[in-house]
Formats: sequence, C-alpha cells, structure tokens
Amino acid sequence: MNRQSNTYTIIYSIILVVVVGVLLSVVYQALRPQQLENIQNDTKRQILAAALITPEQGQNVADLYAEHITESYIVNSKGEKVDGGTDPFEVKVDLETKKPGDERLLPVFVCKTDAGTKYIVPVYGAGLWGPIWGYIAMDSNGDTIYGAYFAHQGETPGLGAEIEKPAFSSQFEGKDIFSSTGDFQSVKVVKNGQEPSEGAYVHAISGGTITSQGVQKMLSNSLEPYSAFFKELAATAAAN
Amino acid sequence: MNLKKTFLPLFNPLSKDNPVIVQVLGICSALAVTAKMEPALVMTISVTAVLALANVIISLMRNTIPSSIRIIVQLVVVAALVVVVDQVLKAWNYEVSKALSVFIGLIITNCIIMGRLEAFALNNRPWPSFLDGLGNGLGYGIILIIVSFFRELFGSGTLFGCQVFPQWWYDAGYQNNGMMILPPMALIVVACIIWAHRSINKDLQE
Repeated sequence: MNRQSNTYTIIYSIILVVVVGVLLSVVYQALRPQQLENIQNDTKRQILAAALITPEQGQNVADLYAEHITESYIVNSKGEKVDGGTDPFEVKVDLETKKPGDERLLPVFVCKTDAGTKYIVPVYGAGLWGPIWGYIAMDSNGDTIYGAYFAHQGETPGLGAEIEKPAFSSQFEGKDIFSSTGDFQSVKVVKNGQEPSEGAYVHAISGGTITSQGVQKMLSNSLEPYSAFFKELAATAAAN
Repeated sequence: MNLKKTFLPLFNPLSKDNPVIVQVLGICSALAVTAKMEPALVMTISVTAVLALANVIISLMRNTIPSSIRIIVQLVVVAALVVVVDQVLKAWNYEVSKALSVFIGLIITNCIIMGRLEAFALNNRPWPSFLDGLGNGLGYGIILIIVSFFRELFGSGTLFGCQVFPQWWYDAGYQNNGMMILPPMALIVVACIIWAHRSINKDLQE
C-alpha cells in the first residue's frame, strides 16, 4: 500500500488515536479506585497535619484519622450546624470560598489530641501559579491557632513552595486571630523586619512574595466566615 | 558485530554526544527542576523511562508511519506514555507524584524526546533505539544531577533536603546564595560544565 497516500495517512491516524484512546481509558479505569483512595488518605493526612499529628512510618492514615477525628460537621456563617446534604469531608472548599461568606458551607473537624480538643477548618486560596490550600487547627478557645498546614499545587520550588514546610507553617502556632476587642483580624504575613500596625503576624518567604500574600488573603477570606462559630467556642470554653 | 559498537548508542550520549551539553537539548527542564536534587533525580528516572519506551515503540512502528504525520504520531505516543506514567505514579506512589506535580506533564515538551525519536528511532531497530533512549536519558540526568548538586548545595546549604553546611558556618557569617535558586544560575552552571567538558574533549571545540 502507498504509505504517502491520503487514505493511508487518515486511516493510520484514526487507528492510532483509537488504540491510544482505548489504552488510556483502560489505564484510567483500572487505576481510578486506587487513586481516589490515595487522594482521600492524603486529605486525611493533611487534616491531621494541621493538628500536628503525623503518621509514623508504615502507619495507616485512615486508621489514625478514625482514631483522632471524633466528629465532623458543617456550620454556616452564624455558627449554626447545618445539613449540607453531604459529608463534611466531601465539601468542595475551593467552590465554597468563592461564595459570599454567609452562603458558605463551612466544614469543621473535631480532633482529639493529647493537648485537648482542637477544631480543624479548611482554607483555600490562590498562590502565584495555582491554588494553595491548607488546614488550620484552632484551640478550643476559638481564638488561638494550635497548628497549621499548607499545601500548594505548583508554587516555585525553593521560593513560594516553602509554605508547605514546617519552618513556615509552625510560625502560626499560638497566634490569635481575634483582636483583644473581639474583632476578626486574621494573621498577617509580612516581610522580614516589617510589622503590621495591629494583630498577629508571621514572616513571609523571601522570593515568594505573591505566594505569601496569597496565604494572607486565603486566611482572612477563609477564616472570617467562621467568626461566629469560633466565638461560640470561646463562649463555651469560658462557661466551662 | 563487536560489543563496543552495539553499546555505542548507550555510552556515547553520556559524554561525547551528551544531549544537554553537546546537542543542547532539554535546557528548559534543566532550568526548571534543578533547584533541588530530589526532583532532578525523579525527573531523570521519568525521562529515561519515557524516552527508552517511546524510542522502542516508534522504532517498532517506523516502517508504517506516514512521513507527512510522523511528528504528530511521535507526539501522540509520547503524550500517551507520559499520561500512563502520571496515572501509575498517582496510583502507586502518590507522594512522589505530588512532589513532581507539573513536571511529569512537562516531559512531553522535553526536546530530547522528540529529538531522539526523529533522529534515531525512526531509522533504527528497536534494540539500538532502546539503548539510545536509555543513554540519552541518563546523559540528560547526569547533567541535571550535577547542576542540582551545585544549586542545592550553595543555594540552600542542603543535599536531598539534608543540611550539609554546619550551623557554625552560618554563625560565622556564611550565607546561602539566593541567586543559586533562581533559574539564571542554572544556565551559568550548565555553561561552566560545557566549558570544562570542552576543555577536556578538544575535538568538540569549534
């Protein structure tokens, strides 16, 4: 057959594309369940990481999660528990953070740790190249950050990507997100040597300015709707 | 057929015909993934695997490919392989897949792969093509590892994430060179390697 003819070329490309298409869909279908489980386990690992719990070598994340996360629910911006029609674990935080604060479904994961009960909430925002996200564990006083975990999709290695390192996230431990008068003020991320006029702050990453600013925006945007919930926690804690 | 000639496609690209410093291919990813040694190493392994497999597949198909769409055929084969590698990593080694994120997809754009398919696999039998893929992948990897070694050592003071320079160096006033982490230094390091390499191999000088 003439290999230069149009018919040959067209038939060849059709066969090639069909073969490759079938191959890829078979691979995708075959590996999908395993991938979904990995993603779920990874999310569980991230939630636990916010509460400073890291699985030991070879330890099953799902077991550890079941052991520590005793309860999870969804609240609204008034701090009331709502039935979002879905598991708090499955709430799409990326879509929720784009809605106005009072329409959001706000997942809360209650975590029992050696240092008492912590309330873990997800945060989501934009970095330089793509999304950044994380989990913040709050003390039961609803004000102090117990631990933080950040992750990113494709920030610059060595610069913006450093937000996922404990060297950055551990700075948040012990910071208060409300002012002494009870106003929400989040935590500022400022350049080394600078200081915001008020409120808690941590040091930004040199060379990762946009990512650092992204973290600051992400925190204020994602945490503010929880204000009512956190204040309720504070009230409960004070009553006990 | 002597042994030396058989393995020429494997050993030649390691130095005399190195894809990065002699053929000047794959420079783009040599910049992107060499700030740290670990991604450089995984990138080496992934590129070598994809290149060797793509070379074999294209070599097997070489007598059937219509020349007018050969580039597209090569692209489809490479893209399919990269997607498979990505999916397999996601299922079996999620941690590594996360660490590499976009780099895996970027293998498709690596000029070495298309270059070797076009220059070698289209005209050679599968076994030499396999060796050629392996050799070029490793030749690319050697440069990546050398560059990332210097960049991570002087840029972050670490190797594979472990601290190398002792704390008292820093106390005594030593500072990490932030410039090393930025892409331009990758080019300068590559240029230094080319300089050293050409001084040793005088026949490569133009």
